[in-house]
Amino acid sequence: MHVRKYLSKFFLSLITLPVLVFIFFPVLWLLMASFSTQVELFSIPPHWIPLHPTIQNYLDIFVPSLAASTVPRTFAVSIWNSFRIASMVTIICVMIGSLAAYALVRIPFKMNRAIQLGIMGTRMIPEVSLVLPLFMIASTLKWINKPVVLVVTYLSFALPYTIWLLMTYFQTVPIELEEAARLDGCNRLGILFRVVMPISIPGLISTGMFVFLLAWDEFFYALIFTSTLASKTAPVAISEFVGRYSVNITGMMAGGILAALPPVILAFLFQRYIVRGMTAGAVKG
Amino acid sequence: MRPINKFLIGLLTLAMIISVVGCGAKTSGPVTIHILTQDQAGMKPAEIDQIARDFEALNPDIKVVMEYVGYDAIHDKITTGMAANPPAYDASMIDVIWPDEFIKAGYLLDVTSRVTSDMKTGIFPSAWNGVTRNGKIYGMPWLMDTKYFMYNKDILQQAGFSAPPKTWEELVTQATKIKQMGLVEFPIVWSWAQLEAVVCDFTVLLYGDGGTFLDANGKPSFNNAAGVQVLTWMKQTIDAGLTNPTSITADENAVRDNFIAGNSAFAVNWLFQYSDSNNPAISKIVGKAAFAPMPVFAAGASAGVVSSSVDGSSSFGIMATTPNPDQTWKFLEYLTSNAIQTKFSAEMLPIWQADFQGDALTQLLAATPTNPITVPAFLGQFPYANERPTVSYYNEGSAALRLAIQQALTGIKTPQQALDEAAATWVTLAGK
Amino acid sequence: MAQLSKPMVKRPFSLRQQDARVAWLLLVPSLIVLLGVTFWPILYTFILSFQNAPSGINQVRTFVGLGNYLEMLKDTGFWETIGRTMYFTVASVSVELILGLAVAQLIHSRPWGWKFLRFSLIIPWAVPTIVNGSMWRWIYSADFGALNGVLMQLGLIKHYIPWLTFPNLAMPLVIVADVWHMMPFVALILQAALAGLPAELDEAASVDGANAWQRFWKIRFPLLRPAILVALIARTVDAFRVFDIVYILTNGGPASKTMTITYLTYLNSFSYGKQGIGAALSFLISFFTIAMAIIYIRVLYRPEEN
Repeated sequence: MHVRKYLSKFFLSLITLPVLVFIFFPVLWLLMASFSTQVELFSIPPHWIPLHPTIQNYLDIFVPSLAASTVPRTFAVSIWNSFRIASMVTIICVMIGSLAAYALVRIPFKMNRAIQLGIMGTRMIPEVSLVLPLFMIASTLKWINKPVVLVVTYLSFALPYTIWLLMTYFQTVPIELEEAARLDGCNRLGILFRVVMPISIPGLISTGMFVFLLAWDEFFYALIFTSTLASKTAPVAISEFVGRYSVNITGMMAGGILAALPPVILAFLFQRYIVRGMTAGAVKG
Repeated sequence: MRPINKFLIGLLTLAMIISVVGCGAKTSGPVTIHILTQDQAGMKPAEIDQIARDFEALNPDIKVVMEYVGYDAIHDKITTGMAANPPAYDASMIDVIWPDEFIKAGYLLDVTSRVTSDMKTGIFPSAWNGVTRNGKIYGMPWLMDTKYFMYNKDILQQAGFSAPPKTWEELVTQATKIKQMGLVEFPIVWSWAQLEAVVCDFTVLLYGDGGTFLDANGKPSFNNAAGVQVLTWMKQTIDAGLTNPTSITADENAVRDNFIAGNSAFAVNWLFQYSDSNNPAISKIVGKAAFAPMPVFAAGASAGVVSSSVDGSSSFGIMATTPNPDQTWKFLEYLTSNAIQTKFSAEMLPIWQADFQGDALTQLLAATPTNPITVPAFLGQFPYANERPTVSYYNEGSAALRLAIQQALTGIKTPQQALDEAAATWVTLAGK
Repeated sequence: MAQLSKPMVKRPFSLRQQDARVAWLLLVPSLIVLLGVTFWPILYTFILSFQNAPSGINQVRTFVGLGNYLEMLKDTGFWETIGRTMYFTVASVSVELILGLAVAQLIHSRPWGWKFLRFSLIIPWAVPTIVNGSMWRWIYSADFGALNGVLMQLGLIKHYIPWLTFPNLAMPLVIVADVWHMMPFVALILQAALAGLPAELDEAASVDGANAWQRFWKIRFPLLRPAILVALIARTVDAFRVFDIVYILTNGGPASKTMTITYLTYLNSFSYGKQGIGAALSFLISFFTIAMAIIYIRVLYRPEEN
């Protein structure tokens, strides 16, 4: 019996290997390529581990004065922009979205269902179709090329998403707790801030994580709403590494690694919360 | 319902606050102009920035903000930017295929009266053609480019050919031998991805076979015998293993990558490929690339076609609704002036005819190590650059043609069938 | 609190009214934001979808009723694009679901290194879509791609193959890239759901003599249904609107074989200057997504089991 159990464990462990290869092969190759020169990258058969590894692609990004072309020179700025914008979006969404989500979950009032449906419905519309009206607003307010334009336009998809995530989370908060607090003389706001919010901190963190990743990932709005070097985000910068007349494939790979690092590190740090958020019905857009 | 009323009042108040904050405070400082351009062709952004700073020093009342984006984003940014008033940009780089669409949309300012006679006579006439419609000028020429035929001297020599092909038929003969000798697996590489690039290459071949894009009445003629013949030929070179099959997904970058890796003997591309092929950091064929006049088909040659390429120039257009047309024009005038263009000729060849004559030419040739090669190549090839159709629905028409060419290349449809369908779309678009 | 002291008859009403006021108070910040950046733009686009709206400052927009919708519904190109998008959606979501379920079950069986496996799943999911698209573009590259390199070193191919040039292969390759990105997400959801199931269930069933396969379908699957539904709807809604990865990986080629409906919307709105058509397409997309979500709920949702 013991042997059989051991054997089955062995076979199961064998199955994990191809899964791990599928997961790691692409990223490891990307990582290796980012340390290659372009000439070496083109060798056939490929050098899986570069014979002449170089950190030039990273130097171009971190020591801007050395870079031959503009894209790597401004890439660090793009990463910083992405970080600022995603953080702002996350803070705003969690702050105001949690209030709205609580009201929609726990307070019955006339338009509750209509508002819920309205918020859910917005997730079905493709981002592309809101660009024109959003541009008109942004331009009237003279926001084009300022980080604020991305913070505000990202709210258009991040806020409904936040509200949705937090609603599923608040539904799991035992209503008895609230009733007990109410009997103790707490009013609604008291219940929300003294009872519900404190015990929902894991949900708020996991939601914040999801929203941060969503904002970090966004490409199309950033492409249309910003064009100065100082205002571009990382995804746009990556798409410009290899343009019509520029050649920097390995630089793009270094950029890709750097752009992937913040979300991956963040996801590792908050791994526990992510899985919890997912169980509550959390979803990355 | 009272909470809703209060809510509405609150909302209105907020909207008012936002509008006051957003629209108030007109400063009386220097006028700021925003110029949109690409960071991929012509001068480097750092150089244009330098030009902008020099201009600001000469004109303290004008502040220039340059915005550099990828080529593929510019068209869409103009379209969105013009939805706002005042527009997001005062001027933008305009590709040679966009003026008709933008003029119809009312995006471009008529600058006819601003163009001086010095400019008119000094700049190449073909550059002016690109921005002139019905006698009115809608922009300032900036960059003149065309597709070039480049080959790998080494490979040709090894195959025993003393001269590059003059006709596409000759190219097939040479490529076949190169392939048979195993010098490279696929001797020719093209940019035939489902992008504007494939239409450029198709234009090169079509006119080289004596064909035309549109007939005298503006009706599509690319599906006539010459067009079908050209597309059939394109497909045949893939089937014969002469054209690299990756060409179906290759843009100009991929062609350059393939050529400078030494994987092909022949490549058709814009000028930038030449300097990249001599850049030891990225190229395996330093010193081996050479220009030859773009070949034509035997049928085209007998009809008197000497060479055939495609016009890929670009200009700067002023946005029609800009509140600062004078300041913007002043900057464009400076940016495209003969002095500036000569000074920065290392990155792009000037648009001024005077630079290609007498002492100026000697100076131009000495300006960079590659200019002694590229300047004659430009002067030899540019006169044979054909324009793609100048119609306001070009983008959508071109998209139909790209699809048709790809359908034929991948064997989904016959060349005739595919081109006929594209032509039908073209007719529908023209009728709207 | 003043209302509470009023006569008894009015009390329940007042309480509710007070609660409703609190609700509005809590909702106002979000509603103001949404009104500006979501609801108003959607309304604008909705109105646009009934207009002939060529882009241009001197162009007059005319009301055409359902004209834009009818033009699309009558267009074979539109239906081909919808079919292609359905293909992408159904294929990528089902592969993600099946693989995700298998991986979740694998982790649940606690092989050696299961913690490392669960930890690794987060990487593909956290990689930004643009990076993912570019990465796979280079993996498939015919000049230096890793896929060609591997197959050649394994002796499976003699020459590098231009993978993305084959019309019928391009979409499956885009799907592989999407599966790499999103399968871990599905696996993590389902794994968390599996972990939440009571362990006694399995033990009871194995005493009854059911084999592993029967145990899974009879016992675990019904209990996993809500989690599967969540993953399915979330993935479908996003997959049907796919844009970024196609934009980066294939530009819709070859021969439009990877052109999806959101890509078509983008082309109409921005490249072709047909903003009315673009707007109508947006709402057709929402219609299809909502329809699919409803179908899933009909098929999978069994409230009596919860």
